[in-house]
Amino acid sequence: MARVVVLGGGVSGHTAATFLAKWLGKKHEVVVVTPNSQWNWIPSNIWVGVGGMSKQEVVFDLAPVYKKGNVDYRQAKAISIHPEGSSDTEKQFVTIEYTGQDKVGNSEKLTYDYLINATGPKLNFGATEGLGPDAGNTVSVCTADHAVHANEKLDELIAQMKSGEHKKILIGVGHGMCTCQGAAFEYTFNVDHKLKEEGVRDKATITYITNEYELGDFGVAGMHIKLGGYVTSGKVFAESLYTERDVKWIKRAHVNKVEKDRVHYELLDGSQNEETFDFSMLIPPFGGVGLKAYDKAGKDTTSKIFNPGGFMFVDADYSKGGVPYEEWDADDWPSYCQNPLYKNIFAVGIAFAPPHLISKPMKSPNGTPINPTPPRTGMPSAMMGKAVAQSLRDIILKNATEPTHTAKMSEMGAACVASAGKGLFSGSAVAMTMYPVIPNFKKYKYGRDLNGTFGEIGLAGHWVKYLLHVAFLWKAKLKPFWTIIPE
Amino acid sequence: MKIKPYSQNSFTPVPSAFTKFRRNCVIWQFFRFIAINIKMTVLILKSHH
Repeated sequence: MARVVVLGGGVSGHTAATFLAKWLGKKHEVVVVTPNSQWNWIPSNIWVGVGGMSKQEVVFDLAPVYKKGNVDYRQAKAISIHPEGSSDTEKQFVTIEYTGQDKVGNSEKLTYDYLINATGPKLNFGATEGLGPDAGNTVSVCTADHAVHANEKLDELIAQMKSGEHKKILIGVGHGMCTCQGAAFEYTFNVDHKLKEEGVRDKATITYITNEYELGDFGVAGMHIKLGGYVTSGKVFAESLYTERDVKWIKRAHVNKVEKDRVHYELLDGSQNEETFDFSMLIPPFGGVGLKAYDKAGKDTTSKIFNPGGFMFVDADYSKGGVPYEEWDADDWPSYCQNPLYKNIFAVGIAFAPPHLISKPMKSPNGTPINPTPPRTGMPSAMMGKAVAQSLRDIILKNATEPTHTAKMSEMGAACVASAGKGLFSGSAVAMTMYPVIPNFKKYKYGRDLNGTFGEIGLAGHWVKYLLHVAFLWKAKLKPFWTIIPE
Repeated sequence: MKIKPYSQNSFTPVPSAFTKFRRNCVIWQFFRFIAINIKMTVLILKSHH
């Protein structure tokens, strides 16, 4: 019997665990370790953040779903990995600390034959002074609870606007090294939509602040699409939407401090600036969750398995990290998501260490990096989870000696639907696809296949976004025919 | 919304009234919904290895 331990129950971890449990059956064991008692369809948090959905519509309890799916569920956080065992045991294990199941604070050694690290991000609000909803001055939509809080604050603001006050709204990213600009983009236009519905749009100035070199970069170096007889940069379409919706923008910005009513930020030209606000939602930078690793003798080997940001090394070409942008190659990206040192360990989704950025690295004259970091969320992370599950299925059941399935971001596409307002007939969203995610300028003139890369805004995009909400919650709950819903 | 010459938004394209109509026209958007789903399905099929 083999035991596969999956650390993390987000999109990638949940995908890997549920498929593996189905394929391996009861002869083998799949264990999920996640500190959360509920699963969250994060893309719909945007709608929770403007009151378009309740928290209950975007989360569900994990315990009954994992029971149904034959997954051993441990509500706990992973603390350390011991890939060589310890002086007491030859068997490799992870140490976990329970956060629920009536064992809060209890530690346990959990042995494994195969380990999938899908721990997702640490929301690093601490990277910028004054950032975040807990100890800071901004709201967030990164978790369902954050989104509920954001909506409460937005409602308070709208009430003040209805009494005639003019308010300044600032939405964007709260650090020069943030990723996930898409969430900030969506929240910007959903707030705009909500203010229009409430009849107070004329009482608000909305400003978007981003670390992108140009709008539409999204951490993937932007994209080109064919439209109206031209091959046009996504920057043009992004700026068009901001103009149409009367949203100002501040680009190439590193927010370095947030006070109660203002942000301080540095621009790529080195200038120091500030912007005042009455309401602000800023996405934090992501970090690894801080897992430690130890060898058999108990020596700390964290730096051999994780990069300084806390992301796990896999089969990528990390030698390219220090070379100029022009020398980067699509092949630098990992194929199997497999740790090079310990072949029975895999990392998927945000947990794996990218070989370098996707967007071009930029620094201000003061040496401050101001560039988006690579997104590894959504569709690509689910694909990685499934590919690793397929490989482990073949290794365990068919005695394959190497991983059998790849999930290389330079050979996979991504579909993204960015909401610009919710409503069956009044909503809209930008529906985008790009192929591949990592631009390949050797193969494609514009870095990507123009036949697989497109974008358009409209009501249909909103319907697609809502369809994805229904379909992926259905799939994650393992309801009938869940396996035929593609990721 | 007013476009002020030489301001941030004065050099960007903006959709025409017809483009805005098409974005919200239920009949047209129904066909776009089908088209988007086909495009995304093709992308997914190309991406699994």
